[in-house]
Amino acid sequence: MANLNLVQAINLALIQEMEKDDRVLLLGEDVGINGGVFRVTEGLHARFGARRVVDTPLAESGIIGTSIGLAMAGLRPIPEIQFDGFLGPAYDQICSHAARMRTRTRGAFTVPLTIRVPVGGGIHAPELHSDSPEAIYSHQPGLKVVMPSSPYDAKGLLISSIRDPDPVIFFEPKRVYRAFREEVPEDEYTIPIGKARVVCEGTELTIVSWGASVLQCMESIEKSSRSIELIDLRTIFPMDLEAIEASVRKTGRCVVVHEAPRTGGMGAEVAAQIMERCFLYLEAPVQRVTGFDTIMPYYKLELSYMPDANRISGAIEDVFSF
Amino acid sequence: MEIERVSILDEHGNYDEKLGAGLIPDADLVKLYEAMSSCRYLDEVAFKLQRSGRMGTYPQNMGQEATSLAAAYVLNQDDWLVTCYRENCGLFWRGVPMEAILLHWMGDERGNAMPRPHFATPIAVPIGTQMLHATGLAWASKYRGEKQIACTFFGDGATSEGDFHEAANFAANLDIPVVFCCQNNFWAISVPGKIQCSAPTVAQRGIAYGMPCLQVDGNDIFACVYAVKEAAERARKESRPTFIEMVTYRLGDHTTADDARRYRDQAEVDVWKLRDPLLRTRKFMESKKLWNSSKEDAMRQRIEVEVNAAVARSEQIVTPEVSDVFNYTFAELPSDLAQQRDSMQTHSLASEATVRSEGH
Repeated sequence: MANLNLVQAINLALIQEMEKDDRVLLLGEDVGINGGVFRVTEGLHARFGARRVVDTPLAESGIIGTSIGLAMAGLRPIPEIQFDGFLGPAYDQICSHAARMRTRTRGAFTVPLTIRVPVGGGIHAPELHSDSPEAIYSHQPGLKVVMPSSPYDAKGLLISSIRDPDPVIFFEPKRVYRAFREEVPEDEYTIPIGKARVVCEGTELTIVSWGASVLQCMESIEKSSRSIELIDLRTIFPMDLEAIEASVRKTGRCVVVHEAPRTGGMGAEVAAQIMERCFLYLEAPVQRVTGFDTIMPYYKLELSYMPDANRISGAIEDVFSF
Repeated sequence: MEIERVSILDEHGNYDEKLGAGLIPDADLVKLYEAMSSCRYLDEVAFKLQRSGRMGTYPQNMGQEATSLAAAYVLNQDDWLVTCYRENCGLFWRGVPMEAILLHWMGDERGNAMPRPHFATPIAVPIGTQMLHATGLAWASKYRGEKQIACTFFGDGATSEGDFHEAANFAANLDIPVVFCCQNNFWAISVPGKIQCSAPTVAQRGIAYGMPCLQVDGNDIFACVYAVKEAAERARKESRPTFIEMVTYRLGDHTTADDARRYRDQAEVDVWKLRDPLLRTRKFMESKKLWNSSKEDAMRQRIEVEVNAAVARSEQIVTPEVSDVFNYTFAELPSDLAQQRDSMQTHSLASEATVRSEGH
């Protein structure tokens, strides 16, 4: 066991998978000698060399497009897109090709790649360095979308993503990168994609959240006198609907919390699924605490945009007073 | 800025003995001509299939057969052939069955399920995107220390896409063994080449990326073979990319959904009809006594049988199961998708039953 933060846990997972499997290689902007702008790939260039840790030209579509070719040829590329807001130029390759290749070719070609992307706000970054685009990629059939909120989950989920036979977008919440440490086993382990984690159990209300917002949820729960169950989805798509259903049938109340904008956000999907699966168990309508349907503000106002413990607590009280 | 322009057999029948020496043995030339003729006949049949409602939108290859065929002829069987949608001739040479292409345009994904031994990627619809895949495929070969290379095809319009420039830049800077073949057919649907590229040649775009580039007469099978051979050798020996502009012409409409008379003059088309790669190759073979009209007639009969059999086979393939819509989304179907699949099947069966009962 080692006491690691999320950056170190991911770094360890990358090292172990690369040592184990020569098909695994990293590519992206600044991932080599510099070790990535968040230092997630620190030391890997020195350890594995330029063949396996590749500083590419500065072109996101190129990074994903060549990764698709590498994956179609049977390798396991792990491209990094430096920031959430820079996924845009790669959107065409991700959605027009990576997501479709298995269907298009009836399985003759597959694209087993893991796209690592730092995600979300809260680190005083410039524009397009703080977005939460998980709903966009969850809406695209053929992609898996993962977002861990803890070092332990990050290691296990990243290993699962690398070994997964289909394309995975692995979102790393920047705000959690160095927020805390926890015990992470040295040995390799996997956490299945598509399985949520019950962070804490409760009987009166369910909170469903993912990514950095999980930390704000925990803060809010600590302040509350209610018995609240917190579900960290960990995987946005495919979503662990069974876990949500089981919890909401038990509690009869639900608040969904995410940093991404509200309209068409994955909170809407959670709410709709609860309507379909748990309608007669509900004591109150599902509430959403989300970012707003605005552009993510520059950092002076970013904390007002992101759900914080107070807003979450407000929503909890609204549900109970319904 | 000098761009080498390679022509070996021109439209007037002049043959460059020096460049062409030993390039294509006579027996191979006959086979290449037959391959082009067969591809051309498939185009005619496909057009009629579309017009009679037996096939969806189809892009004819007419006039551009020599380009991809030359590449497939030169490349090793295990080199990647990464095409867009006007490279039927090369794909057929590689061994991709005709019905695979027909099936694709008949709205059936199974047409893309080309078995991997063909080392040909599926038809790429979004323009210019496949050049990056070719670069990745060739990179994988280099990564493994293998000698396999990739050759990718795209049109003049595709060189306006960002992905073209990213692929060229990646390949040149990371020393990736890929051959970029631009089929400059002068028209991106209705938009003429001058709106895609202001430089005198498309080929010189390669100069900016520090890669060798040349222009060839794309209707000259000898010139195309010469260029791809040189580029493939460079890729294999030096792990470096090459950019080849193959100047050709789209004799047909963009697709069966297009009417080229709306935007280009018949006079221009008529000029290019005289430069047709089939016509040129046939005349050359006749001058060398390799070919005559009775051989042409016999070949035509063989081709008709072959193409019609492929059409029959493709039309006999039954519509896939509804569950196929779901079954290839992921290696393993997530439970919610499995439920969606089951409900779709239930509803489909129910509606079929309704149709049946209403019909009687």
